[in-house]
Amino acid sequence: MITFMNNSDSEEEPCNERTSLMSAESPPVPSYQDGLPASEAGEAQAHRKRRAGSSRGPNNIAGGETSGLGIPVRESALENEEEELTLKYGAKHVIMLFVPVTLCMIVVVATIKSVRFYTEKNGQLIYTPFSEDTPSVGQRLLNSVLNTIIMISVIIVMTVFLVLLYKYRCYKFIHGWLILSSLMLLFLFTYIYLGEVLKTYNVAMDYPTLFIVIWNFGAVGMICIHWKGPLQLQQAYLIMISALMALVFIKYLPEWSAWVILGAISIYDLMAVLCPKGPLRMLVETAQERNEPIFPALIYSSAMMWTVGMAKPDTAARGPSQQAWGAAEDGREHLRSPSHAESQMSETRNPGPTRPVTSLEELEEEERGVKLGLGDFIFYSVLVGKAAATASGDWNTTLACFVAILIGLCLTLLLLAVFKKALPALPISITFGLIFYFSTDNLVRPFMDTLASHQLYI
Amino acid sequence: MGAAVCFGCAAIAFGPAAALLLLTVAAEPLRIIVLVAGAFFWLLSLLAASLLRFVSVQLSGREDAAPLLPGAAAAVLLQELGRFACFKLLKKADEGLATLSEDGRSPISLRQMAYVSGLSFGIISGAFSMVNILADSAGPGTVGIHGDSPYYFITSAFLTMALVLLHTFWGIIFFDACERRRAGGLGLVVGGHLLASGLTFLNPWYEASLGPIFILTLCTGLCAFSTAGGSFSNVLKCLSCKQEPEGRVVLYSAL
Repeated sequence: MITFMNNSDSEEEPCNERTSLMSAESPPVPSYQDGLPASEAGEAQAHRKRRAGSSRGPNNIAGGETSGLGIPVRESALENEEEELTLKYGAKHVIMLFVPVTLCMIVVVATIKSVRFYTEKNGQLIYTPFSEDTPSVGQRLLNSVLNTIIMISVIIVMTVFLVLLYKYRCYKFIHGWLILSSLMLLFLFTYIYLGEVLKTYNVAMDYPTLFIVIWNFGAVGMICIHWKGPLQLQQAYLIMISALMALVFIKYLPEWSAWVILGAISIYDLMAVLCPKGPLRMLVETAQERNEPIFPALIYSSAMMWTVGMAKPDTAARGPSQQAWGAAEDGREHLRSPSHAESQMSETRNPGPTRPVTSLEELEEEERGVKLGLGDFIFYSVLVGKAAATASGDWNTTLACFVAILIGLCLTLLLLAVFKKALPALPISITFGLIFYFSTDNLVRPFMDTLASHQLYI
Repeated sequence: MGAAVCFGCAAIAFGPAAALLLLTVAAEPLRIIVLVAGAFFWLLSLLAASLLRFVSVQLSGREDAAPLLPGAAAAVLLQELGRFACFKLLKKADEGLATLSEDGRSPISLRQMAYVSGLSFGIISGAFSMVNILADSAGPGTVGIHGDSPYYFITSAFLTMALVLLHTFWGIIFFDACERRRAGGLGLVVGGHLLASGLTFLNPWYEASLGPIFILTLCTGLCAFSTAGGSFSNVLKCLSCKQEPEGRVVLYSAL
């Protein structure tokens, strides 16, 4: 789910674009989240929960502080500045998401193409009990649809469970769950992955070395993801666990079920985020009401730090200092390194009165972050990985799906800039990806093969 | 065969494109987005062409080589149509960006977008033509064991390189022609594309196909250069690194 942290989300006063953009003085931070936890490992693999609202909450709250204090003189200039900044940062934000999505896909495709393990059929998850080894097409289709229904129901149940847990403030349970899942991902799945890669390249590694490597990798990963760590290391770890999760799905989901599941999950994403009673929307609204971030480690953030004169990020101390402000003092995204829940996405708007009125240039110098849920990473990579694994057209299909997903992401971000509210990140990309996969595999591939065999170029 | 051939052919085919990408596109977010958008339009046009070919193959029975010429021609025309659609979209985006910006100028000019979209068409077209061949060249095998040319890989690499450059030049000329509503430029692009594609039908007679295609590339390049505002004097000026005397306004005080 993609959310747009806009000041107009404030509930305190009637916000139109002008006042909200003006008073909060903060170019809205688009936070794109689809809170599919990557760290639901093992039997929690199918517990794909949507943590859509997780880190959107504080951002929306933070952004929603509208004190109505504007400097009328600068209003129009600032608003143009805002709009331009939105678009300018829009392009930058798009690239800030392109890069990690591309990296994740590259890792997945490289692994699929080189390591045999992830393309071998070795059983299925318990969430897709129906086998696809049936001779008739109709039976196979039916089985895959049934698998999808089971999978999606499991997801819905887990999401609703999560929303209930969050509503009744069982934070410790949720944190424990997340920590367990990321433990399993970072240790067990990495161990399996490393084992398979070593087997593929016929490299021998003794157990003590293996233990040291896995231990260090996992421990640093746990610290980076759940506590503090350098931003780029944290991003790298999130990309890696998304890739690992995607590889598991590619391996264990049977062919047709995978495609039907991809389609169904985009529809589910669409409904869960946009429908008024959707679990994700409720999650987001609850987080907004409570003015707090939730679920660390499930959102990829590209936030950068702005440290000049920053007080301790304090989500609470915002309101009154806003009033005194008026100038271009906007939310500075706190560095991701304290990825601890409270300080995570807090917008620091509470500089002391000694703070000078920041000018527009300082406003421009800020880097605002963009967030995308790890579930989006996973499903994008599943689509491209499946295309790489199963398409007989090989690289053409993979390339086409890759471009389709990037374009879908671009369009989604554009819609976000237009609508400025929580948006699902999956539907457009997955739709394009599916269309391009099937059409490239069935229509384009024969054409290109014929051309290539005669060395013809079009 | 093997990694050497694979990397060598990849470098030949995509070297110029990679250099152009790294030097001009990679640093600007807007250009990267235009790049991806251009690739998308090319893919759509290819999809349409493949659909057309599929339908024609189904209708005409199992003939493969016979309808290939019209199929290829249709593909070329559809690509140019895709380029036109890209132009329309980018023009609109340019206007939108201009209105949003504070000084009325969009952060990226239409000419830059023409170049980037041409480059993107070239890269994705080259990728679709070349990547499978590269993947095959990395593995074991003998080229031309059934009597085909043993120079398949290297000629494919050179053809791809020419195609990438050609698409870039065509993009520049096409957008300029559409902008100024000149049919000459359009005709040049479409005709050039048909010619280039037609010349590849002469493979494996590489003297007749590769040579003329490279001459075509050179000519189209010069054409694009002059369209983009370049001239011989510009080149000389650039090469001699002469600094222009700035037009200074000298204020004399009234004292």
